Amino acid sequence: MLRTLKTLMYLLTSIALLVSFETGAFAAKKSKTLKKTQKMGFVRCGVSQGLPGFSNADASGNWTGVDVDLCRAVAAATLGDSGKVKFFPLSAKERFTALTSGEIDVLSRNTTWTLSRDADIGLTFVGVNFYDGQGFMVRKSSGITSVNQFKAGVSACTNLGTTTELNMRDFFNSKGIKYEPVTFEKADEVVAAYDAGRCDTYTTDKSGLAAQRIKLSKPNDHIVLPETISKEPLGPVVRQGDAVWEDIVRWSLNVMIEAEEYGITSANADSMKSSDNPAVKRLVGAEGELGAAFGLDNDWSLRIIKQVGNYGESYKRNIADTGILPDRGPNQLWTKGGILYVPPAR
Amino acid sequence: MSHRIKRIIPQLLTLLFVLAVIGFFTINAQLNMDERGIDFGYGFLNQESSFDVQFSLIEYDGSHSYAKAYLVGLLNTILVSVLGIIFCTIIGVIIGIARLSPNYLIRNTAAWYVEFFRNVPLLLQIFFWYYAALRALPLPENTEPLFGVTYLTVKGYYIPRLIWENFDILVYSILAAVISIVFIRNYARKLQEEKGEQIPVLLISIGLLLIFPAITFVTGMVQLEVALPVLKQLSKTSFIYAEGLSVPPELLALVLALSLYTATFVAECVRAGVQGVSKGQKEAAASIGLTPNQILKLVIMPQALRIIIPPTTNQYLNLTKNSSLAAAIAYPDLVLVFAGTALMQTGRAIEIVSITMLTYLTLSLAISLLMNWYNKKIAIKEK
Repeated sequence: MLRTLKTLMYLLTSIALLVSFETGAFAAKKSKTLKKTQKMGFVRCGVSQGLPGFSNADASGNWTGVDVDLCRAVAAATLGDSGKVKFFPLSAKERFTALTSGEIDVLSRNTTWTLSRDADIGLTFVGVNFYDGQGFMVRKSSGITSVNQFKAGVSACTNLGTTTELNMRDFFNSKGIKYEPVTFEKADEVVAAYDAGRCDTYTTDKSGLAAQRIKLSKPNDHIVLPETISKEPLGPVVRQGDAVWEDIVRWSLNVMIEAEEYGITSANADSMKSSDNPAVKRLVGAEGELGAAFGLDNDWSLRIIKQVGNYGESYKRNIADTGILPDRGPNQLWTKGGILYVPPAR
Repeated sequence: MSHRIKRIIPQLLTLLFVLAVIGFFTINAQLNMDERGIDFGYGFLNQESSFDVQFSLIEYDGSHSYAKAYLVGLLNTILVSVLGIIFCTIIGVIIGIARLSPNYLIRNTAAWYVEFFRNVPLLLQIFFWYYAALRALPLPENTEPLFGVTYLTVKGYYIPRLIWENFDILVYSILAAVISIVFIRNYARKLQEEKGEQIPVLLISIGLLLIFPAITFVTGMVQLEVALPVLKQLSKTSFIYAEGLSVPPELLALVLALSLYTATFVAECVRAGVQGVSKGQKEAAASIGLTPNQILKLVIMPQALRIIIPPTTNQYLNLTKNSSLAAAIAYPDLVLVFAGTALMQTGRAIEIVSITMLTYLTLSLAISLLMNWYNKKIAIKEK
């Protein structure tokens, strides 16, 4: 009895080994992070602690926003279901450590792409999903209409550990104005402090100002000044060292933008399979073998478009329709006067 | 021989185990950092920090190094700890003695105070003071002066600034006063031991401390100017007080919360200490004709202090470590400035967290050493 059991075990083990050897050729393309993600059954995605339009959870814990949609796209591509994402709300201070230590696999948290972040600390930025710039919000009643009207002694509330903190210094220094920086870890705390009159101005990315304004007790009593004092290209980040995973995240974003360019939406994606345009056919998986390069099947991009939608749909749903920034500004396609331009998926 | 080996082997094994654990974590960190392309080193401390800090005791701005930013954070932590320790001791002693009062109302108010502040989480108390109490303060332009020349507003507590001329001479005069006080005390003790005579040492000491600095003022060697806070308009509806000194509301909230919370524990230490001195001591002292003041000073306090000091040291250490909660309300302490902004801007988590941990350890050990020294000084010296 025991002997037969042992023989059976040996047999099973050798079969398992053989099978794994066979599929090994295919799996060679797979990244370590992808393997782990598929084993866990969900994508671990770092998001903000609540920034309407980008990543924000409603009362029942459903996350929405353009940053959230990027993670959903990665889940749709790698796991076949855009719902298979586990969100990790992170403060600005925690975000990079969470990524480098392996707590999350994608950081999609309105994070500015800078040289030192990209090169210095084990991170790789994969693209830009929102072109932003830093601005200032003030009370309408203050009569201030331009950043040139700030005077020495002005107190500015902002988030801790952001590029905002650095830009603010550059800006006030260039104007020769002494200022009082008041930095909080959470965005909600910044808003509350500014609302209570602790600070004369609230400074962060303009999209953030527009989004956080809704949280103020009287949103209409405040205005965002017209000047933009910095470039803030926001985009998703991955850990350095897994080039295939980096590509998956990069192209999940690119597919969303290119789908908009070719007019492919979540509604018409299936019917686009019979399009005459080969570029469209490649995007919906009807032509070419694009997925194989990442170790994914050929429908990965179709799933992104069908389940999450193209970039324009995501923007409209999260940022325009919510009244945060109805005007797409630079975040319009290059074909329509914006600067959204991605390499072709072919 | 075999006895010695038997004793050494377990110690050796323990040592090896500890080394192995440290080695494992070091190698693990190194491997993982290599794999992710993160380099390790403390060179970044000399780089320009390029961020500003709201409140600093030394001259600092973003053009200084990260090392200087560290110092700014450390000094702010020390400032809030020292203020907290002073205030919690004062409140704690008063409440502790009040708990032993024969007066029903005083005794029970003190008991309620202790039970309330000790049992509400500290972070919640900090939030209460910062977000509820201090946020309810008026804007600078609507503020009525407090004590005539200070203004408590939502943007901070504005107080007059003292501008000293030849401040060092004043310091020397105080030093001279302290030295002469030491001499007088020694002389008084000698007098007491040899002839049994007493002179009013305390009165003389206070007098010296006042007279020496006063002379420097009268002779015009030291001059003091006071800059009062003046309302300044920044825009149509935004004002601040310029010229004076501004204490940020974050510091106020933190010191309030920390000292009110820790005072409850100090109060309990004081109560325990006083109650720990046996009643017989007091009666014996009274029976040899000491006055109530002398009884308290010469008999009760020296014995009570011995019981009070060790647990109070713990509370001081707790207060220092709890001050790191400052990060929750934007007070730029070590955690917010260094383990917060600096960590974020450089991304050097391991280096910065290790430095921060070592700093708190050093701070705590320093307080501990100081208190142990004091404890030893007042301990019973058996002859």
